[in-house]
Amino acid sequence: MSIAPRPLPDLNTRRAPGLGGFNLTILGLEVRRLLRNRRTLIFSIALPVVFFLIFGLNTQYADESVGNGNVSAFIMISMALYGAILATTSGGAMVSVERAAGWSRQLRLTPLSPAAYVIIKMLTALVLGLGSVVAVYATGIITGKPSMSVQLWIVTGLCVWIGSLVFAAFGLFMGYLLPTENVMQILSFALVLFAFGGGLFVPLDQMSDLFQTIAVYTPLYGLNELVHAPLTGQSPTVTDVVNVLAWLAIFTGGAIWRFRRDTARV
Amino acid sequence: MTVTNALPGRGSQAGDVAPRAVELRGVHKNFGSVQAVNGIDLSISSGEIVAFLGPNGAGKTSTIDVILGLSRPNSGDVSVLGMSPHQAIARGLVSAVLQTGGLLKDLTVAETAQYTASLFTHSRPVTEVLDRAGITAIADRKVGKCSGGEQQRLRFAMALLSDPELLILDEPTTGMDVEGRRSFWSAIRQDAERGRTVLFATHYLEEADDYADRIILVRHGKIVADGTAAQIKAMAAGRTVRATLPDADETALAGITGFDHVEVNGDTVLVHTGQSDAVARYLLTTTAAHDLEITARGLEDAFIALTSDDATANQQGASA
Repeated sequence: MSIAPRPLPDLNTRRAPGLGGFNLTILGLEVRRLLRNRRTLIFSIALPVVFFLIFGLNTQYADESVGNGNVSAFIMISMALYGAILATTSGGAMVSVERAAGWSRQLRLTPLSPAAYVIIKMLTALVLGLGSVVAVYATGIITGKPSMSVQLWIVTGLCVWIGSLVFAAFGLFMGYLLPTENVMQILSFALVLFAFGGGLFVPLDQMSDLFQTIAVYTPLYGLNELVHAPLTGQSPTVTDVVNVLAWLAIFTGGAIWRFRRDTARV
Repeated sequence: MTVTNALPGRGSQAGDVAPRAVELRGVHKNFGSVQAVNGIDLSISSGEIVAFLGPNGAGKTSTIDVILGLSRPNSGDVSVLGMSPHQAIARGLVSAVLQTGGLLKDLTVAETAQYTASLFTHSRPVTEVLDRAGITAIADRKVGKCSGGEQQRLRFAMALLSDPELLILDEPTTGMDVEGRRSFWSAIRQDAERGRTVLFATHYLEEADDYADRIILVRHGKIVADGTAAQIKAMAAGRTVRATLPDADETALAGITGFDHVEVNGDTVLVHTGQSDAVARYLLTTTAAHDLEITARGLEDAFIALTSDDATANQQGASA
């Protein structure tokens, strides 16, 4: 059997891809991977829905008025935020598994730029984060308990979703920092602590003075205040905004620092 | 190798304009006080199949990492197809099958190939490369459920996607059984017949002997020999020339230049030599010798002689 010589590729007609290799095929495959991960789905979608069903429908307080809506709506927003930050943290922390598997190194043998890779990870995290918000809000609609205007449903939902991007940066930072395949087991625990500090599970005014003093500095405090602001009608304080921006800067700066170290050629 | 392409330089010698597939000049790479690559000069032309042979820790992988742009040499120049490794990779002109890792367990075989294919502007169809790597039947299997050999074939399929001009394989058959190795190499060999340049690192002597046109022997980060398998065998151990020569005078023969060691057994003369051509010419033209045979010592002898620590440094340079 004779094999025809393969035509010589013309070196000059070969081009590097645009956008550093970013494309929708990869985004689709990454989302599919996330959906295959049962653990991630349970933690970021099923768990917040269950929490809402337990805490958001309690007849003792659910119908009490809060600003432009009721307590049930307030708790729904908290649970959507909790699910969304779990989702985006998981999405970002996937880099840890991929580095451990040598996939990041394999990708360096392709045209995919490190920046495009990080953007794909962020977007994948956001898709899962959207899933969490939609799941909790849909549960809210079905139960009929949360009460606020249609406009507020949309505005608070978008605030939670976009705000969860802060934790995609957190996930990336930790994913590059911690060289373990089980990084999410550590991070889920940290997120529970952050959620208490942010007042997502128990209102902060029911906690001790010391706890409240510390809570102001924790990473979910400002974000939790901001996403509830449209509902409560209280304008965000400087503390809230500074808290969010400071943690965003820390997580993004940390992710960039570790990312640079990881992709530096030795 | 026959060439039907009109473009200049494919498999041709120095002096034309086509860039070399690989060009290394004075490459040094150290990790702390460990000198992994200690001054390597290397030039590989298009279409060559080259084995990088050496014991573990000889600097094979470090050199390959430099060629692939995965690491930066401390000094020296690297050029791949006339451009930097990074540019060659971005254009899909170079691809590699690395030793281990580099796969996601939760993707299927076909999805892994689709992922990689989507990154190149110029890509072969996924079905075609899976077929060429012989893994069409397991396309829908999760990577985590594939055997080591199947994963290696997937890495090979991924390396074929961009239809690269240069394919680099770093110890590609480590951990495979004999049958797996044979069928893996038959897939590589079939592919290389189409004219691709292939550089592979190995510590299996038979692989280098069976599949490479040219063998580069490395030791302590240096090239200690470079040539065809036959040249390398001859370099380290010389060859044995055997002839039938009645009434041979052992002492007289041993005095001739190039006759390193002479043995006479009845009518048979055995000469160990580093200059087998000269010995054969002498025997055939100036004596009555007939039925002459020249045999090389094994590559294993050469390998041990050239890569052991007491090997002399001046054996370098039997360039192809």
